[in-house]
Amino acid sequence: MADMICIICPRGCHLHVDEESLAVSGNRCEKGAEYGKTELQNPTRTLTSTVRLEGGALRRCPVRSSVPIPKGKLREAVAALEGVTLTAPVEIGQVAFKNILNCGADVIVTRSIPAEAQN
Amino acid sequence: MTEYQLIVVGGGPAGLAAATAAWERGLRSILVIERDRYLGGILNQCIHNGFGLHYFGEELSGPEYAARFIDKAAGTGIAVMTDAMVLEITRDRTVCVSSTRGYQVLHGESLVLAMGCRERARGAIGTPGTRPAGVFTAGTAQLYMNLMGYSVGRRVVILGAGDIGLIMARRLTLEGAQVLACLELNPAPGGLARNIQQCLRDFDIPLMLSRTVTEIRGRDRVEQVVSMAVDERFQPIPGSELVFDCDTLLLSVGLIPENELTRGAGIAIDRRTGGAVVYENNETEAPGIFACGNVLQVHDLVDYVTEESVRAGQAAADYVLRGPCGPGPVLELANGRDVSYTVPMKLRLANIEKAAEVSFRVRRAFGEHACLTVRQGERQVARFPRAYMAPSKMEKLRLPLALLRDLDPADGPLTVSALEEEDA
Repeated sequence: MADMICIICPRGCHLHVDEESLAVSGNRCEKGAEYGKTELQNPTRTLTSTVRLEGGALRRCPVRSSVPIPKGKLREAVAALEGVTLTAPVEIGQVAFKNILNCGADVIVTRSIPAEAQN
Repeated sequence: MTEYQLIVVGGGPAGLAAATAAWERGLRSILVIERDRYLGGILNQCIHNGFGLHYFGEELSGPEYAARFIDKAAGTGIAVMTDAMVLEITRDRTVCVSSTRGYQVLHGESLVLAMGCRERARGAIGTPGTRPAGVFTAGTAQLYMNLMGYSVGRRVVILGAGDIGLIMARRLTLEGAQVLACLELNPAPGGLARNIQQCLRDFDIPLMLSRTVTEIRGRDRVEQVVSMAVDERFQPIPGSELVFDCDTLLLSVGLIPENELTRGAGIAIDRRTGGAVVYENNETEAPGIFACGNVLQVHDLVDYVTEESVRAGQAAADYVLRGPCGPGPVLELANGRDVSYTVPMKLRLANIEKAAEVSFRVRRAFGEHACLTVRQGERQVARFPRAYMAPSKMEKLRLPLALLRDLDPADGPLTVSALEEEDA
């Protein structure tokens, strides 16, 4: 039995997952059962970070992975984003980095930032 | 003097939800005043995900959650004033504001206070030692990293296992810094269980409970932090010293509702929450002035801020369109065993349509078989089973009007208590 805290929502259910049958108990919703199985086999996390932004009112633009990526690849993915520079204006949902580390997730912009007004 | 039906002080999640809810309820002259350059409040620097699961049924980052309400407000006739600082409000709802347009005196038929909260800093916890650079509140470090793009340090100790500190532990680690430890004065962390998991355990960052920082060393920059274990009275235990070689200390040691304007207007403040005393509809003791979000009580979920603020915005609209709440019995709420406060503090029965929503926190962690009781003196009014309550998580309960209708305020306050099932 593997014991874990579900991170899907703030309730933080105490899950017990059977290593062989992958049966989950302690969950209070279906998402929790799903999480328990995934967490045991291939734990994934949503990546959030920022990338460089030029020509905007802010210097950094927040981004996230469109879907969760393998937990073990988080550091490598953040490092890969170091080379990314966006130019304002940017829009929510715009792709900043396509298919990062071949995880099948795009890294997308999470805040619309206008171009800095030229005086 | 410019007149509005509603003036909202603060353009974060609380202010935006209140303003848009008041618009939907029929108000057509609404002003939101924000001191920052942009709307969105603290969500703009909360770039991590996990917002919106409860309210929108999907997982969003902070800026995305804020954008939902910024866009919604932009689609209405709500007026927005950014880069504008409210200097004073009065009980008769005059609002004095300073901005790039100069000093203005405005008046609202109703006001919503949504100023949010600020962090406790080093001075508030009286940490001894030198005064070098490298000591930040967790939220300040978050602002530097996420909005301004500065690195705040390479070797970091975090004091306080509150949610912002935990989120920053993960963020710093992923950006290449080494987080040596997260220290927590209390025997249990103040942050949510899922943040302990995904921000500390995922990265093997040690969580050291019942420990504090007793000395900060360094001349220009932090060089060392000394930590000591504490006893049950929070007194440092001699001989328990640990010395961390680090260049940065982050403090995540609590939040304070920002109520200077509220106090200045002479509005009653509750000592337990640090926010205004409010009735069932978030109205303060000053008629027509409402409060919601972190200025009323510190929340851990923005989704709950939104729900609370929608109620406040609707109540402000009702106040303007239908007039003040009429007279009638007022029931007081009190915190009983293992409950540290309740919001609201007072219920006007005449103003409750179906049920009163009450939020509160428990003082200690409870197991799977626990419950909440609501009593008036010896009489039990309601009882709710509730599993896994913890101080880090705000709890809520709904009191249907049917249960309250026949209660006599003269019989004393309604007391909310948390109990293990066997004690109930």
